[in-house]
Amino acid sequence: MEMAAVKDSAILESGTERTLYPYVTGTSVIGMKYKDGVILAADMGGSYGSTLRYKSVERIKHIGKHSLLGASGEISDFQEILRYLDELILYDNMWDDGNSLGPKEVHNYLTRVMYNRRNKFNPLWNSLVLGGVKNGQKYLGMVGMIGTHFEDNHVATGFGNHLARPILRAEWREDISFEEAVKLLEKCLLVLLYRDRSAINKFQIAKITDEGVTISQPYALKTNWGFSAFQNPSKGAEGSW
Amino acid sequence: MDLDLGAPHSLGTTIIGVTYDGGVVLGADSRTSTGMYVANRASDKITQLTDNVYICRSGSAADSQVISDYVRYFLHQHTIQLGQPSTVKVAANLVRLLSYQNKNMLQMGIIVGGWDKYEGGQIYSVPLGGTILKQPFTIGGSGSSYLYGFFDQAWKEGMSKDEAEKLVVKAVSLAIARDGASGGVVRTVIINADGVTRNFYSGDSLPLWHEELEPHNSLLDILSSGSPEPMST
Repeated sequence: MEMAAVKDSAILESGTERTLYPYVTGTSVIGMKYKDGVILAADMGGSYGSTLRYKSVERIKHIGKHSLLGASGEISDFQEILRYLDELILYDNMWDDGNSLGPKEVHNYLTRVMYNRRNKFNPLWNSLVLGGVKNGQKYLGMVGMIGTHFEDNHVATGFGNHLARPILRAEWREDISFEEAVKLLEKCLLVLLYRDRSAINKFQIAKITDEGVTISQPYALKTNWGFSAFQNPSKGAEGSW
Repeated sequence: MDLDLGAPHSLGTTIIGVTYDGGVVLGADSRTSTGMYVANRASDKITQLTDNVYICRSGSAADSQVISDYVRYFLHQHTIQLGQPSTVKVAANLVRLLSYQNKNMLQMGIIVGGWDKYEGGQIYSVPLGGTILKQPFTIGGSGSSYLYGFFDQAWKEGMSKDEAEKLVVKAVSLAIARDGASGGVVRTVIINADGVTRNFYSGDSLPLWHEELEPHNSLLDILSSGSPEPMST
């Protein structure tokens, strides 16, 4: 069959594998700037197709002193990206010159990595959110698997683009406090939990300020099923929903 | 993704039908999805055909709805002609007839459950293709994959009404925990000589399984309650 022939010749020619489709995936990541820095949120699910296979996957990690990286998409590719960044930070530290890579630099590095892989038709199957603070300057950016990248006051990946960003557009403000930011993120996380099939009820919220990084312990949110219409939806219309 | 048109695939749902001493318990989740989006988080997948026969629907929402409409219509006429409530066996066979004769066009798995005065509580499974099988209990939908082992161990003959309902709720709740295509609330319908009872078990009232956590209103509540190490570096 056609697809098999293409796959075989790709392996025979290159002697290596290339990513055709993802296996273990993480869903949305949402992030926004707030008064004291940048805040990110994601659930802890690693789906294997339609199975909710892994339920304690940490999809937000800190990079150096100044950045937070959240990832959706293939988890193995995210872990590989963390290895690349480890090496990047190590080499940066070895200069021992008092300078350290800020979020803008890390974002640019990731953009180059993702875009170059895309050009070789062997992408890292992720959508990344990079947030950080350096010398009081807040930074929040996104990179996709084909190398598309941009910066904004609030970002989201996957389903978050459709469900969370409209909420953020309506309710985000420049001087939003930490408490308000958490509440706003939780509002988005709840909508995603209701409406995204691959979302699970276990979240981590991470913040980064000039003081440093803090990633919350895993926690769950209360969901609301108490609408009277939910009790007996097909009353008066048997056979419908 | 390879397009294997020959392989049957069950689509988003977990449905269960269980007989007990005196009647049947039907159970289902409430998630209807279009692709990865949850179109309806509180759907009702347990549909009435007659006063004494209900069905659990899985697979294509459209196919199962239209077939249940046809079967309800035929059963209504049959009841009038017969002069008494139709039997569960007749209802199940009507579902089978339509499923079998339109097998190339339909994609649905049905569980028929009910009570009549001749045979008592009965469960019939009508999967893809239109096979009909009478069974003491049956499971269906994509979420059922996660329940075969559970039922092999937990099913027992001669359960009481409460034991049967508890088993069904526990099972649907376990499937919801692992199947992305199942979710929302657990609905049950109990049918016996006394009539029909509908129940509703929502997210917060279901037990927590492995790696699931106690829900809170917000992270801020956890932080302010001063629990040890709520945030780490």
